[in-house]
Amino acid sequence: MPVNVETVIFFLLAAMAIGAAVGLLLSRNAVHSALFLVLNFAVVSVFFLFLAAPFIAMVQVTVYAGAIMVLFLFVIMLLGAELLRGGASGRWHSALAVVLAAGFVGVLGYVAFFSGIAPEALPNVDAGFGGPQLLGMDLFQTYLLPFELTSLLLLVAMIGAVVLTRDARTRSAAGPGARP
Amino acid sequence: MQSVPTVYYVALSAILFTLGVLGVLLRRNALIIFMSIELMLNSANLVFVAFAREFGQQAGQVFVFFVMTVAAAEVAVGLALIVTIFRAKRSINVDDINQLKG
Repeated sequence: MPVNVETVIFFLLAAMAIGAAVGLLLSRNAVHSALFLVLNFAVVSVFFLFLAAPFIAMVQVTVYAGAIMVLFLFVIMLLGAELLRGGASGRWHSALAVVLAAGFVGVLGYVAFFSGIAPEALPNVDAGFGGPQLLGMDLFQTYLLPFELTSLLLLVAMIGAVVLTRDARTRSAAGPGARP
Repeated sequence: MQSVPTVYYVALSAILFTLGVLGVLLRRNALIIFMSIELMLNSANLVFVAFAREFGQQAGQVFVFFVMTVAAAEVAVGLALIVTIFRAKRSINVDDINQLKG
């Protein structure tokens, strides 16, 4: 195992990411959970920078840690749901979940370490790799159709969110065709 | 330059994914379950980017872009559902949402 600055930083950040995920799981206050998740997303965006993906790292910070988590915090505080206990699951249920999860991570780890992924010698990448320019070229040439489809998906999601959260009163006042 | 082996990133991603699975299995608060799903999506993104670096191909990063878009759409609709359910039942405990149970 090569011991150098980058490996040390990797393990420190990995510990932070795992700690934040555990905090998300265990904290009783939903707001704390959301903030732990923001920390996790920030750490993962640093990993993206390590992996020569600067554009994705910035999108991660703005879209995930910014927009999505603000939406989560907004809904938590709108509902006043930060301290809802959400009831405890049964003891055997929790124990079974932990055992299954341990088995799952064991299988994943086994596959990862014995799959024959080359442990060393990553290829050198160009200077612009993962930057907005090259990624934009890919998005608008090779992946143009999926890119356009995502805009349709976002439109549908937007309409869906508006329709779902409409109040019953405004719905009945909306018109004669509306259901009560 | 880059010296951390890809397999470390894969292992980290596996751990984060499993923690997300545990969140879905253990917690009964619908909002926490949603956050755990985001955690799982994000760990999948990490592995996509790690393999994009391993093979020097940008396609993995493009996929991460699409996954993020789908996650944003999913959060918008999911949170709208949670708000509606909370209005109707004054609870977001997933054990209380069992009206379709036969």
